[in-house]
Amino acid sequence: MSAKAMPKASAAEVEAIEKNHFKAVAHDVLRDWRLYVLLLPMMFFLLCWKYFPIASMISSFKYMPTTDSSFGGGSFTALWNGLDNFRYLFAQPDFWAAFRNTFVLSFYGLVFGFPFPIILALFFNEIRLKAVRSVAQVFSYLPKFISVVVMTNLIGMLLKSSNPQTGVVAGIIGGLFENIGVYDLTSNPGAFRSIYIISDIWEGAGYGSIVYFAAILGISPTSYEAARIDGASKMQQLLYVTIPGMAGTLVIMLILRIGNLLSVGYEKVYLLQQLGKAGSTWSTSQTVSTYVINVVMSSPSVHKGIGSAADLFNSLLSMFLVLGSNSIARKMSNTSLF
Amino acid sequence: MEVSGKSTQKIVKKGGNKGYTKSAASEIVFRVVAYIFIIAFALVCIYPLIYAFSAAISGGDAYNAGKVVLFPVDIQWNAFLSVIQMKAFWNGYSNTLFVTLFGTVWCMAISILGGYALSKRRLAGHKFFNFLLIFTMWFSAGIVPTTLNYWSTRDLFLSMGIADQKWVIVIAMGVAAFNIILLRNAFEAVPKEIEEAATVDGANDFQIMSKIYVPMSKATVATVALFYGISRWNGYYWAQQVVTDSLDWPLQVVIQRQISAAADEAAEFGITLIDGIYSPDAASFAMIIAAIIPIIIIYPFIQKYFAAGVNVGGVKE
Repeated sequence: MSAKAMPKASAAEVEAIEKNHFKAVAHDVLRDWRLYVLLLPMMFFLLCWKYFPIASMISSFKYMPTTDSSFGGGSFTALWNGLDNFRYLFAQPDFWAAFRNTFVLSFYGLVFGFPFPIILALFFNEIRLKAVRSVAQVFSYLPKFISVVVMTNLIGMLLKSSNPQTGVVAGIIGGLFENIGVYDLTSNPGAFRSIYIISDIWEGAGYGSIVYFAAILGISPTSYEAARIDGASKMQQLLYVTIPGMAGTLVIMLILRIGNLLSVGYEKVYLLQQLGKAGSTWSTSQTVSTYVINVVMSSPSVHKGIGSAADLFNSLLSMFLVLGSNSIARKMSNTSLF
Repeated sequence: MEVSGKSTQKIVKKGGNKGYTKSAASEIVFRVVAYIFIIAFALVCIYPLIYAFSAAISGGDAYNAGKVVLFPVDIQWNAFLSVIQMKAFWNGYSNTLFVTLFGTVWCMAISILGGYALSKRRLAGHKFFNFLLIFTMWFSAGIVPTTLNYWSTRDLFLSMGIADQKWVIVIAMGVAAFNIILLRNAFEAVPKEIEEAATVDGANDFQIMSKIYVPMSKATVATVALFYGISRWNGYYWAQQVVTDSLDWPLQVVIQRQISAAADEAAEFGITLIDGIYSPDAASFAMIIAAIIPIIIIYPFIQKYFAAGVNVGGVKE
């Protein structure tokens, strides 16, 4: 259609062809007008509540001491201040601590949280008594459906600080390691990461195992039979039949996980922080998102532009992580999410 | 266990092939480990909930002495009664039902319509619209811009005469690109010939979508509705940020406020039994249990959709 494809075409002919092309597109649009109507509500939602906030991230480069009720909270009318917000932010040791904590927390989540559902799925596959398996599945999926507020408060009650006798988990831990001597686990910065990771596994591992279990069920039994005839032990069968058989699923889930490395569940971290004494666990629990919530949003001396700058920094980094892990996965195994 | 035992015997009787017995032995070991691990994990998953229930109905003195470990001691129901009589609790419950019902319907409408349109490759600009959707999965605006945006939405709604702040939660929150993509992929899997046949019969896009595509993708539609419903029921942070009127707080906000207030009180004044019968903790536990009960009730009905929901596939367009 283009002029390049037909070098001998005269200008008038090219014009005519382009006109026809335009006509054809217009004709398609008119023919499918109903589909555009269907698309409209989604585009409206995306523009108002996804892209508008993204556009108002322009306040990262602005001085914004007050907000107004116009859309974007005055981000578009505020005065520019160049890179001052980033300079301020990068000079804060608290910000870098929060940045480090975000990575450490996600990294632990990846190391401990990622393999757990896989192991669970491998074990579920071994349970041949249907009653045992379905009861165990029902129990282990259930925590996924419990809200984060209920879960964090339940954690708080189990690790109770006000009375050492009543926090049942704290009691057990205190009994096992008497030299810890700290019952108030919710205010203990050393315990925060363990609490976060263990409760994450408690909440999500059972539900997370479904996808791997489905992948395992998809592996042909004849592969196992062949491996058995060759004298493969159970371990060898797992390594050479099961794991390769579920590689596609593993890669996809790993991309998802790495892509989300910086979006630690701020809701949960924020709520876990509320359990202990104010600010007591911040040295390990403060992530970039909760830094924005606890420091920028709640102190009047820090203006909102600085918060936007922190958000922009965080969002850009996570975008590179998502796209980077995705392209690596595509190169390595031809599996990619996007 | 029985099954594996039998097969081992058979193999051993056959004898001769050493490889076979080697794999059979390691399989049995693995299976035993699997049973132990799975049963232990299932018990760990359910234990906190059982403990919460037992603590909620145990007597205050027994609870404070640490006697409640699994089963309730000195059973009392006053803590539950106090929660049932709490007005704020029921108010939160009805707000959450409101948000869950209307929010799920709103999100489903947007997602089904959008997902259907995006599943048509003949749509001019199809790639561009897909990109706009997928980009929101890569890049999000973060806390401050999102908060400011919700606040201005709230003010805008107020100036339009909608004082009920629940509508901000219903309308402005929740639609997730991932769910739309699940629906789009399901619609794409419906054979093209069916649409062509319907078009020949004179059906338009709306009719084809609602009468053919949605019924044919029932499992995915139900799964996505489940995802939306759960996220609506559980939503906390943004509701807490946006809703200033305590009468409009959803249940999660109410629970968080009540339990942290009780904990602060206990920290300040020490633990005293309420009515001389139950510990303040029992009231908090009772509230937790009362908030979980609806989930437990509908859980058996939604369970069959879990498996359908995890067929992620690619987001690629």
